[in-house]
Amino acid sequence: MFITVLAIILILIVIFQIAKASEYVSVLKGEDRAFKQNNKINGALMIAFLILGLIGVFWCNHELYPKTLFPQGSSSVEGENVDKLLKITILLTGIVFFATQILLFWFSYKYQYKEEKKIHFFSHSSKLELIWTAIPTIVLAILIVYGLRSWFLFTGDAPKNAIQIEVTGHQFGWTFRYPGKDGVFGKKYFKDINATNELGLIWKDSAELSQKADPATFDDIIMGGTVYLIKDKPVRFIINSQDVIHDVGLPQFRMKMDAVPGTPTTLWFTPKYTTEEMKKRTGNPNFVYELSCDQLCGVGHWSMRAVINVVTQAEYDAFMAKQKPAYYSAFPAKDPDNIKAAAAVSDSSKPVKVASPADTTKK
Amino acid sequence: MSHEVVLQADVAGVHGTAHHEEHHHKQSFITKYVFSQDHKIIGKQFLITGIIWAILGGFMSVLFRLQLGFPDTTFPWLETVLGKWGKGGHIAQEAYYSLTTIHGTVMVFFVLTGGLSGTFANFLIPLQIGARDMASPLMNMLSYWFFLLASVVLLSSFFLETGPFSGGWTAYPPLSALGQASDGSKQGMDMWLTALVFFVVSQLLGGLNYISTVLNMRTKGMSMTRMPLSVWGVFLQAVLGVLSFPVLFAGFILLIFDRHFGTSFYLSDIFVAGQILPHEGGNAILYQHLFWFLGHPEVYIVILPAMGLVSEVMSTNARKPIFGYSAMVMSMFAIVILAFLVWAHHMFVTGLNPFLGSVFVLLTLLIAVPSAIKVFNWLTTLWRGNIRFTTGMLFAIGFVSLFISGGLTGIYLGNSAIDIHIHDTYFVIAHFHLVMGVAAFFGMFCGVYHWFPKMFGRFMNSTLGNIHFWVTLIGAYLIFWPMHYEGFAGMPRRYYDYSGWESFKQFISLNKFISIVVIITFTGQFLFVFNFFYSIFKGRKVTNKNPWQSNTLEWTTPIKPLHGNWPGEIPEVYRWPYDYGKDGVDFIPQTTPVGEDESVH
Repeated sequence: MFITVLAIILILIVIFQIAKASEYVSVLKGEDRAFKQNNKINGALMIAFLILGLIGVFWCNHELYPKTLFPQGSSSVEGENVDKLLKITILLTGIVFFATQILLFWFSYKYQYKEEKKIHFFSHSSKLELIWTAIPTIVLAILIVYGLRSWFLFTGDAPKNAIQIEVTGHQFGWTFRYPGKDGVFGKKYFKDINATNELGLIWKDSAELSQKADPATFDDIIMGGTVYLIKDKPVRFIINSQDVIHDVGLPQFRMKMDAVPGTPTTLWFTPKYTTEEMKKRTGNPNFVYELSCDQLCGVGHWSMRAVINVVTQAEYDAFMAKQKPAYYSAFPAKDPDNIKAAAAVSDSSKPVKVASPADTTKK
Repeated sequence: MSHEVVLQADVAGVHGTAHHEEHHHKQSFITKYVFSQDHKIIGKQFLITGIIWAILGGFMSVLFRLQLGFPDTTFPWLETVLGKWGKGGHIAQEAYYSLTTIHGTVMVFFVLTGGLSGTFANFLIPLQIGARDMASPLMNMLSYWFFLLASVVLLSSFFLETGPFSGGWTAYPPLSALGQASDGSKQGMDMWLTALVFFVVSQLLGGLNYISTVLNMRTKGMSMTRMPLSVWGVFLQAVLGVLSFPVLFAGFILLIFDRHFGTSFYLSDIFVAGQILPHEGGNAILYQHLFWFLGHPEVYIVILPAMGLVSEVMSTNARKPIFGYSAMVMSMFAIVILAFLVWAHHMFVTGLNPFLGSVFVLLTLLIAVPSAIKVFNWLTTLWRGNIRFTTGMLFAIGFVSLFISGGLTGIYLGNSAIDIHIHDTYFVIAHFHLVMGVAAFFGMFCGVYHWFPKMFGRFMNSTLGNIHFWVTLIGAYLIFWPMHYEGFAGMPRRYYDYSGWESFKQFISLNKFISIVVIITFTGQFLFVFNFFYSIFKGRKVTNKNPWQSNTLEWTTPIKPLHGNWPGEIPEVYRWPYDYGKDGVDFIPQTTPVGEDESVH
């Protein structure tokens, strides 16, 4: 470390001494000559930078494009619009980028100082200015029209057949709730949250909070860490937060929505590929859809992860059939299985499957 | 000192005369350099404070880039230097988030607002419009001292047990409101808020002064349409600041109430750290509206002065009038107005009403039009010019390049449908660092190299300046260009470690590369720092009042102007400042009356 710092300081001193010496030289051999020489060097560097820069842009694209999400495409039907729009935008801005950067450095090189050169006194031109006000306006209008069409699709109502899942963020993990057999999310209230009732479902009457138990809560299923979706079936997330602002980030599905305490938000999409299919498509046997927190929420922000498992309808049905409402794990005495078991006074082999609130995050 | 003799050989005569003028009025060191009311000294105070902050802010980024680039490597010296923040040779999580937060706060507010517009608004407005000083020199002085006070308070928060604020420079509640949610939101946040409140006071004192000076104190003949674009830039940024900083102030006050006085402006339904909080009915998104009502104009507060400086330096060194002066001014006006109407594009994924969102998409993309006009005008200014690559000019060209690269990606982010995908990813980091971070820094460097002779009566070393320019330009692109790809992969910003993520871990080697370039580029900045401080005392002396053959008024003052700027009458102005190469004359200063046989531009 010490040696590195020393080396850096030495390099800086050498550069400084060279710069200092060049200043003396320029004074001694005449500033005018030194200026012209220096100007030529910078002019050449301008064109060199342009050429190397353009090569760099292509090389960077060659190296990094495969690591983006473009090659695998969107995993949601709606997200395809994002990719399409991105491609149009990249094309249009790309043309402007190359045109303007090439002109900038090429002009700098071409019109570098030459003695006796007369500049072209050109202070304004209404025609030119009109042209380059109109062109960006038209281009932007195209992008706005395309963009807003997708925007209204994404933010519009979810299809009627969408499965509903409630997503709740907390420092630093995610909890998912399915409405259960009745298809209705039971009411919840944050003051009901406790160790056995992590979402604050209104399971009991409470005079203190002047509330009555909501029977719709009794069959709600709660899961932590992993959420199951069905291929080709729209899903609607109802997003909540318990503490600070989080964000449900779904890069493969091209979707994102904040989780705001006190203000539920929603987001919907239609998964196109199961997780298994994605493993084959990407050639990555470890592929998983990840839900990342995209809004800084505290020191564990970076580890606030959940897994999304997209499965077929049959797999989903089989999985859901095994799930037990959270109510029964909080009140095992009310669990019909337990009641039956108690009645039969046998068979205790079936462990009570509880949605564990534990984070999947590793600390 | 034979070197000194070589460099300053032709200065001896000038030196003698300069001494004579200094007998005006005797001032003590304290009143002259510390509690000075001279706008030039205040400008330099802002600049030097800004440079110190930039070094600190840059160093913070080096520290957190160490973590991002080398998550598995231990640096024992970190523990030596940072104590518990560098435990085991790693930047601790808390430290990582504090460093990113304070890096952002410092760079946006203290360097690119205080350091950039504070410096050049103070230094250039009176000199370029022909005034002896600001409208209120006392307010001007207070503006600096509030800025310094803010700096001291913010810096002190590093010495708290619970550390400085760590919830991001935007300080979104509830994270910023609840000490239980994060250690940084304890006293660190109180100090952060105090610092920022002082900063707003400083900005208002300064801004009101800039506006009244520009409106009321222009010399005879200096109509608004004859003002250099550099003055337009700082004038319009002051207008933006005066209209938007109070809104941020209000947002902060409500936050302070929520933190300490039990109100629920931003808080509702919160269960944090095992505790149910009593707050109900507040809305966390309200803060974001208030914050971004300043926050978005803020990026123009940063970039408008840079645009002005670049326009001025570019015209001077292309020996050619700036193309489309009135279009330049009109586009700045358009930017000012639109800047107030686009704030919610930072909030497309907060659950914003979709229709409202679409209005903000429209207005946001509209703001690209005046920006595009400016770029085309700069390009046309270079076209068929006679370009001198002074260091200031190099940075002006670099500014345009970076502004194009960073500006175009704004079109992606402003379009809400795309924004959903790349919001809060590295794409955003790349976008704003290029367009308002590095580009504004380039505007600042451009200004410093160009006006250094006016500030200190000496030149900065141009070889060193050239090396600094190329290192910084190449470094900036190598750092931020690849980040766009990380953004296209959806890689979230503000993560401490990506190695546990199947979706993002393919970028570990790229992150290492970026971190190495960050270290090199940061080190390269010491070429500037050293050049700057060395040249103040030892630089080659300016022997000519107008070393760049420029038209503007500041170059009609003595080489080292005293308080009051012009020893005699303030010169009168007869023309716009961009008569370069007109009728075959290389340059015609603004003080030259219009000749009878002269063509009208």
